[in-house]
Amino acid sequence: MTTALNGEQLAEKIIKASPDAVVAVDKGAVVVKSESLYQVAEFLKNTPELDFDYLVNLTVVDYMDYFEVVYHLVSLKHNHSLVLKTRCRDREKPVVPSVVGLWRSADFQEREVYDLMGIVFDGHPNLKRLLLWEGFVGHPLRRDYL
Amino acid sequence: MAIRTEPFILNMGPQHPSTHGVFRMKVTLDGEVVVDLEPVIGYLHRGIEKLGETRTYTQIIPLTDRLDYVASMTNNFAYVLAVEKLAGIKIPERAEYIRIIMAETMRISSHLMAVGFFLNDLGAMMTPVLYMWREREKLLDLYEMVCGQRLTYNYMRIGGVSHDLPEEFLPAMKKWVAEMPRFIDEYDQLLSQNEILLARTKGVCILPRDTAVSIAASGPVLRASGVKWDLRKADPYSIYDRFDFEVPVGTVGDNYDRYWVRMQEARQSVRILEQAIAQLPEGEVCAKVPKLLRPPVGEAYGHIEAPKGELGFYLVSDNSIAPYRFHIRPPTLINLTALKDMVIGWKVADLIITFGSIDVCLGEIDR
Repeated sequence: MTTALNGEQLAEKIIKASPDAVVAVDKGAVVVKSESLYQVAEFLKNTPELDFDYLVNLTVVDYMDYFEVVYHLVSLKHNHSLVLKTRCRDREKPVVPSVVGLWRSADFQEREVYDLMGIVFDGHPNLKRLLLWEGFVGHPLRRDYL
Repeated sequence: MAIRTEPFILNMGPQHPSTHGVFRMKVTLDGEVVVDLEPVIGYLHRGIEKLGETRTYTQIIPLTDRLDYVASMTNNFAYVLAVEKLAGIKIPERAEYIRIIMAETMRISSHLMAVGFFLNDLGAMMTPVLYMWREREKLLDLYEMVCGQRLTYNYMRIGGVSHDLPEEFLPAMKKWVAEMPRFIDEYDQLLSQNEILLARTKGVCILPRDTAVSIAASGPVLRASGVKWDLRKADPYSIYDRFDFEVPVGTVGDNYDRYWVRMQEARQSVRILEQAIAQLPEGEVCAKVPKLLRPPVGEAYGHIEAPKGELGFYLVSDNSIAPYRFHIRPPTLINLTALKDMVIGWKVADLIITFGSIDVCLGEIDR
């Protein structure tokens, strides 16, 4: 059984590694600042006892006040999981650091999010639309699109 | 003396018999050797995630049928599991067993298609496919018996399944399960040691273990690369912890391993089916669930080991009748990330079979 790691305990570890990165925390998820996202992700991946080597799912929820980027991480070795989140308040030009350098599975998923939600992943090697055609105007999965 | 060649861009698809749907590859070639590849997708995009936000939880079930249409009942399964996780619904025992029976037959059916078309891509035109379809056809008859449909079943419901198995289903199913090992032996005999198959697939287009993990490959593609990761064992959902089965794992991650893993998985699915049919209890097939379900505010990520890999549904509820966010994690879109890595340095003909070995379904990739 995959153990869902306790967000509160994990947040303590993250704070030790990079202070003031954590914004909010609950039992299931840790929310970090978008500026320190890459740093935290690197910590989660490279710490041997955490070893999150498998980014299962990456998606975004549009809460109107802010976008929430959700990362579902799993460690194949320890068989535990974590939900990592980051928030982005700017609707005009939301920017979040790309994690393709750490987990290549983010490649298509970040492109999809950029395509449908309009979030720019800073540092993505090939950020262009994935499902819709070039020249399409707007980002249809936003709540205010239709 | 080296011959100077210029790179040549070949546009393969979206209408190409080997692309298993509407998929386009922009391939840069040096002679016959692939130097770069860019997949272009989206031709079948129907905006299912957006559509889901304006439908009730039950109305989404038929939409999920249109994802991986080769194994559409597993899509139902993953979705209803996610909703049940979100709303905290417990389902009756008999429904659990019926779901397992459906999911495992779907796995066999999907793997038969995958292997058949993989050989088609190899140049064994239609003959292996028809051998595979012989068995798949009987399965489709069984599904028709259960829910009246042969492709888009819409059989599972939040809290169970839509109706009980008909009287004539179990005898027919038992017969099919009893016959299946012999047919898999037959495929093995025809294919597994076939000289052409071995020459074309052994050591071809290897996906190393580290790359497979980094791109979050799942399903047979991941296991062929030597990673023993099957959600039925790693994170047992439904009642998979009650069954005895093995997880076949490949050694090098070449095209042959991806073929071999699928054949072995079909055998293991037969084992699960035998146990599930033997243990099938009597009783209700659907829990009492309100017609207009309003799950509590929150989120849930439900995932299953679909035939093609990890199929996940991420749902966010705001306590209304429709999900606030409905996200699908399609296994083959993410497995497709590996295609470029696998084929660079190999010939065009190898590209075709490697694409077949991933076993994509465009309905699921484009959504």
